[in-house]
This record gives sequence, C-alpha cells and structure tokens, in this order.
Amino acid sequence: MCGIAGLISRQRVKENGKRIKQGIVLQNDRGNGLGAGYAAYGIYPDYADLYAIHVMAMDEESMLEVQSYLQEHFVIQHMEDIPIWNRVIHDHPLVKRFFVEPKESIIKAFPVPVSEDNYTIEKVMAINDRQEGAFVFSSGKDVGVFKGVGTPADIYDFFCLDDYEGYTWLAHNRFPTNTPGWWGGAHPFNLLGWSIVHNGEISSYGINRRYLEGFGYKCRMQTDSEVVAYLLDLLIRRHGLTIEEATLALAPPYWASVEREKDPEVEQRLLALKIIYESAMLNGPFAILAGFDNGMFSITDNTKLRPMTVGLADDYSYFASEVSALYEMEPGLERVITPRAGQPCIVNLDHGAESREAEAPITR
Amino acid sequence: MTQPEVHSSNPPQETQIRPEPGLRSAYRPVFDMSVCDGCGICARECSFNEIRMDTREGKKVPVANRRSCGACHRCEYTCPLGAIHIEENKMALRPHGVWKDSAMQRIHLQAASGAVALTGLGADTEVPNYFDQILFNACQVTNPSIDPQREPMETVTYLGRKAKSLKDVEDIQHFHNALIRLRMPVVFAPMSYGSINLNFQKAMARVAQKKGLLWYSGEGGLHKELYPYRDCVVLQVASGRFGVSQEYLRAGRAYQIKIGQGAKPGIGGHLPGEKVLEGISETRMIPLHSDAISPAPQHDIYSIEDLRLLIYAIKEASGYKPVCVKIAAVHNVAAIASGVVRAGADMIYLDGYRGGSGATPSIVRDHVGIPIELALAAVDQRLRDEHIRDQASIVAAGGIRNSADVMKAVALGADVVAIGTACLLACGCHACQRCSSGKCPWGITTNDPDLSQRLDVDWAEERLTNLLEGWHHEMQEIMGLNGIYDIGSFRGNRLILRGVGLSDRELSILGIQHAGE
Repeated sequence: MCGIAGLISRQRVKENGKRIKQGIVLQNDRGNGLGAGYAAYGIYPDYADLYAIHVMAMDEESMLEVQSYLQEHFVIQHMEDIPIWNRVIHDHPLVKRFFVEPKESIIKAFPVPVSEDNYTIEKVMAINDRQEGAFVFSSGKDVGVFKGVGTPADIYDFFCLDDYEGYTWLAHNRFPTNTPGWWGGAHPFNLLGWSIVHNGEISSYGINRRYLEGFGYKCRMQTDSEVVAYLLDLLIRRHGLTIEEATLALAPPYWASVEREKDPEVEQRLLALKIIYESAMLNGPFAILAGFDNGMFSITDNTKLRPMTVGLADDYSYFASEVSALYEMEPGLERVITPRAGQPCIVNLDHGAESREAEAPITR
Repeated sequence: MTQPEVHSSNPPQETQIRPEPGLRSAYRPVFDMSVCDGCGICARECSFNEIRMDTREGKKVPVANRRSCGACHRCEYTCPLGAIHIEENKMALRPHGVWKDSAMQRIHLQAASGAVALTGLGADTEVPNYFDQILFNACQVTNPSIDPQREPMETVTYLGRKAKSLKDVEDIQHFHNALIRLRMPVVFAPMSYGSINLNFQKAMARVAQKKGLLWYSGEGGLHKELYPYRDCVVLQVASGRFGVSQEYLRAGRAYQIKIGQGAKPGIGGHLPGEKVLEGISETRMIPLHSDAISPAPQHDIYSIEDLRLLIYAIKEASGYKPVCVKIAAVHNVAAIASGVVRAGADMIYLDGYRGGSGATPSIVRDHVGIPIELALAAVDQRLRDEHIRDQASIVAAGGIRNSADVMKAVALGADVVAIGTACLLACGCHACQRCSSGKCPWGITTNDPDLSQRLDVDWAEERLTNLLEGWHHEMQEIMGLNGIYDIGSFRGNRLILRGVGLSDRELSILGIQHAGE
C-alpha cells in the first residue's frame, strides 16, 4: 500500500509545494515512514536548458567520484548542495545537484550521431551501475526529484520544498513490503523528463527488467517501480509512441476487448502494440501516476487493484489515491472522476491550455 | 566382499535347449484363473504375441510366453473380466555397482540380435530433469492473486517475426500476416505420417483447428485427407524432402525446416520399406515398399549460408509464410540459434535431450544432446543479448510432461511449448518404448491396417481435447496465483522461478535465483 498525489496547472501557473504536501500528508496511513518523495516541474527556470542531475552519495568520496565522472563527460555550468534542513532526519546521505550539458567535443566525435538525451541516460545508467555508494535520482531539464526515507512531512521539510515553485507536482508516500526501505528506493523514480510514482507491485518486473536491459537500461534501485520511468523513456521518447499509445502498451486492454474492436484499423494497431510490447506490459496490482515535461497521466491495472481518483477545478487537474486528498488539495473541486479499471487519464499540455482530457478519459 | 563362486570343474553338458540370454521380457502378464473364462481377447489384442491360448484339461487358457511383454497394458485394459495384470518379470541378478540390470540386459540383447539397439520415445536415463528442481512463486499479501474463475486470464500467444518498435512496422497488414495466433502456448510436436498413422494425425489436426493451435506434420508429407486442416498445420521440409510438392509448399500455415531432433541429434531417419504402405507411399511420393531414408544432414545444407538459401527459397515458394527451423539442443545451441535467426528463421524450434522419437538408436537417444531447460535458457538469453529476440519465436520441446513444465518453459523464455509424447500417452500409450516395431498395440505408432483401426479418431480427439483443456485451466491457475493475467508477462519472467538443489553454475545458466533468495 502506498499513497499518491499529483497536481498540474494547465496554464503552467507555478506554486510551491504546500498544496501537494497537504494532499500526501492526508494519506499518512498509506505509508510507514520508510519512504516519501516529490517531483516538481518548472523549478529551475534559470537552468531550464541544462540537465539537472541530482546525486545522492553515502560519503564525500563517492560524491567526488561522481563529480569527476560528470566533469569528464559533461560541462558543469553550475553545481551546489541541495539545501536541506536536517533537524528531524539526522541520518541521511549527501545530496548535490549539477546543471550540465554534454560536452560538444565528445558528442561530435561519435561516428554515428548520438542525441544529447541518449548520451545523458547512458551516463546516468553508468553511474548507477558502477559507482559504489552514490547514484543519480533525477536527471531531467527543469525538473527535480526530492525523496528519501521518512514520512511525507519530514521529507518535505528536509528538502525545504516551500522554496520551490513548479507547475506540476507529484508526491508519494511509501509502504515498502517486497524491497528494502532505502533512499534510492523511495519514489518518484525519474529519468530525464519522466517521473513516476507507483502504488502496488509489478509482477511482470522480471521480464520488464530483462526487456529494458536489452535497450541499455540498468535497473539498480532494488525495486520494481523504476522500470516504469525507463519504459516511458523507451516507448515515448525513443520509439516515438504517443502518450496514449504508451498507456495502451503499458496497461493494455484484454485481448478479448481488442478483438471485439469494430474498426479494423484500430484493432490492428492495438494488436500490433500488444504484440510488439508484450514484454513492456505491466502486470500485477498497480496505480501509477506519471509526470512529464508537458503533462501528467495515470494508469491502473485491468482489475484496478490499486485506487486512483482524479479531480478537476479551474485549470487544474488533481490526482490522488483517495478522494479526500483531492479535496485537501482543492476544496472547491468542480468534478471528481473515478477512472474505471485499466482506464488511463491523460493531461497533455501539448494539446493546448484548453485540453481537458482528464475530464473525458480514454474509453476502452 | 562376497566369496567368489566355486565352479564345478566338469565341462558343461550339451543340452537340447540352447539358452539365449536377452530373449526374455522384463514384464509378464499374470492371469487370475479364478476369473478368466478363456475368451481369448487378450491373445488377440497383444500385437507382440506374448499371449497364446492353450488348452489345459479341456479348457482354453491364456499363457504368457515371457519373451515379448513390454508392459503396454493393452491386455489389462481390454480383458472384459479384469483378469489380467502386468508384473515385472524380475530376474534375481546379483547386485553390482557397475553391471546394473539395464547394462547387463543391453549386452544380452545385442549379443542375441547383433544389431543397433533401437528404441522409441525419449531418453529414460537419470540425467537431471531441471523442471523438477524449479519452483514457482506465489502472491501473498502485497500482490493479490487473481482467481481465473472470476477474472479474465489470457493465454493468447503470437508466433513469428515481430518488431522492435511500432515505428519499425512499415506495413501493418504485412506485419499481421506474418504472425500466427494461438489460443494458448502449446502446439503438437512434429510426428510424421509413417511414424504415427493417419488417425492420430487427424485427431491432432482436428483439435488444433478447434482450439486455435498448431499441429506439425513431421517429415511424412500431408495426406490428402488432411488438407481441410491446412490452416493450422506447420509442414515440414526435412532431409528426405518427402511429400514436398508445389501444392505442399502452398498448403501450410507455416513451414519447418528440420535440421535435428532431440532424440537423435546428428543422425537421420529410416522408415523401413515394409511400412511404406499405399497411403504413405502416395503421401511421401515414393514407390510402394521402398525404404524411406532421411539422410543425417540435409545435403543442400552444409553451412549457415545454405540454410539461409533454403529458408528464403521456401518463403518465396510459399508466398512468404513463416519459416521455422528445428534444431536439436546440443552444446553450442545458443550460437547456432543466433545464426539460424540471423539466417532468416521466424521461429526456432528447440528439441531437448528428452525429446521423443518413433525410432532411434538408444545409444544416441541416451547419450547425445542437452536438456531443453538449459538450452532454452541459453538461447533466450543469447537472442536478447544480441537484440534479435523479437525476430523469432522460440518453440521449446523435449519431455514436457504437464502444465507446470509448460509454464516453467514459458517463464524461462519460450514463446510456446510443443508436446508429442504427452499426446501419445493421452491416447493410451503406456511408454513401452517399442514404437519402432510398428506393432503399437494401442494403434498409434503403427500403420498396420488392423492395428491402426484400434485408434478411433473421435475418441482420440476427445482425449487430446480433455488433456489440453485440463492443462489450460492449470496454466491459468499458475498465472493467477502469481497475480498475472496475461501470459505475456509470464514469458521470460524468470523472477517467478526459483531453483532447489542446483549449483551456482546451473542457476546462472538457467538465469534464476535459488530458493530462499
């Protein structure tokens, strides 16, 4: 059991973390103090074009090793300790952020053109795979993840999230059961612009992980949830699926429903998605909320063994495990939607500020 | 230590009966004479002439010859009074650590016959069966199991060449045409018309058609009566090219090039002339009563380039139907499989050490090849490492006994599993391993007109259907108790499996953790 909360402003109006904190703290009983975290989009306007690499290290030496690795492969435009307030949480790793861009000389030297994004994820994976005692937990542009072992309120205070202004916020309250409660295992999981929070268990993890390894992703966070962030990167950024197609690939309708589809063109496309992305399909009980540069979406398993609710008010969409948390974030909700099992809800800012897709979730 | 025997110094006396060690059966029928009424059905049903009817005190009685009983249990099942059971015809052999019963009997038999010892079915040795040392996971608390009686539990499987990503699909119609949809990940293994009879093939074909599965022809051609089942048949092109005609190359749903067989890797096949009866001669397109010899290698395939030529020749001739290449699991199977996929195969059929056969030298069956579990794990990993796993489906075969074996194979990475021996057993076979004799008392591996009549097509169809339905329910149960509603999330998901009593080396080849980890 875990708790999830999210909010997004369709006008990209920024606010600090107060409301999301209220939303997740209300769901305190959904966690056990062994993990909590937040992701916020739009918080680094001064460095919006640079990859914001957040690093956790168990000791100074590991942090220096990561720093020199980054220096070797990137131009570090700015770096600083992430501000913390450690009156309540005393036992914590070192946290630092680096605003970087790939070294042009290296990128240009590749015989085959390599995109900056691919270059960056490869380096992030290399650090997480090989570096002892340190890992990257956030690597997107103008986005930051803040997470650790503690209650949602404690982690919020620890990272001083009153001081950040973002237009999309995600929050998670963890109740780890199958994997250890450690700083790297807290949610959100992030890669480039993809951040996910997950409630449940991914029973397909074994094959999802083997599938991702075939594309160069390294799963090193000792928990099943991280595969979702990597799958989004693979399916949407690298394979060019739309958000909607990606939700259909990750949480596909049953074969029986696809085969009942009346439009043969739609049926063939859905079948192809299911056949090609069989190993990417998520199985098991899950409710997942994902943030990306231009929006947010939720998916659940086909039997909806984990809750997800959506609220709408003004130009905002709210997501949470519990309806009460929606009202905690916005008492004046215009509408509350309970997505049916397997039904994705998508807010895509690319479709313009008028987009109200979450209001009419994709129907199966 | 036992004392050496004290031998008489007298030379042995010449006797009338010359003893022939080896010509003695290991089993014998036992008759309950208080029940038997001497009707003689047992003597008629026994195709090995083990039972003869004698007259004792004016009464007809069955008598066992004790020379040819192989424990097929046909007499036991057909005796209307239930007066027969089979016992081991045990010899009190002095125990010996090296010269065990089976080793001794083999020598006696060969000394008596002077031939290569032939046998049927798959290896019956004590080589580890890794399926028995693998256990499944199950849901507890954090991930609820799913009840297949209440929720959808899907086992739909697509075979053939897929794609790495949706954008790689240029023509979606073409993409779908190249794939075969199965209702569950089980197909019928190739068994040729000749090695089995038309009745049995017909039963498999009917079930495959009804259940949305595939059956494989084996290297015996496609009998004209089976053309109605062409939409679910994988037709074989093997080293003898039997039955391969223009029509044949258009008829199948897919084609299989047979390179090797798990029961006899590296050797060919031989259907003796006396078994080449009318139907077989016509279907195989060879003269009546001529030996049908399948050479060990395909004589137009001496290298991987040659295989590529044949794959594409068949694709061209068949209108681009999927092509499957069947190889036996041998030491270097992963590298071979990679080559086969790169040569253009859309499916790779792996036949393991325990794979069955209608006739194979037992020395080859029992001593050549590797178990399917290891071969499958190695091939699946190798194709993934080389980023070509999407290009071909893996069919795993060779000693699959139950639905748990099927699901373990799927979790190790198989797209689909092929069953052969299990189908024979479903239709009465008792694994007496005398398929090559052509005298199968159950009417399965025989084309003798009288014996093959014993296998009723409708009955066999029902038995096979029952078996598959039972397995299907069990497979869904295993998925559900793992909280997985779609077989796709089971496939290659080795975290579901744990090994028991396996070495680190074995675990690492299988790609699974040990129980307790």
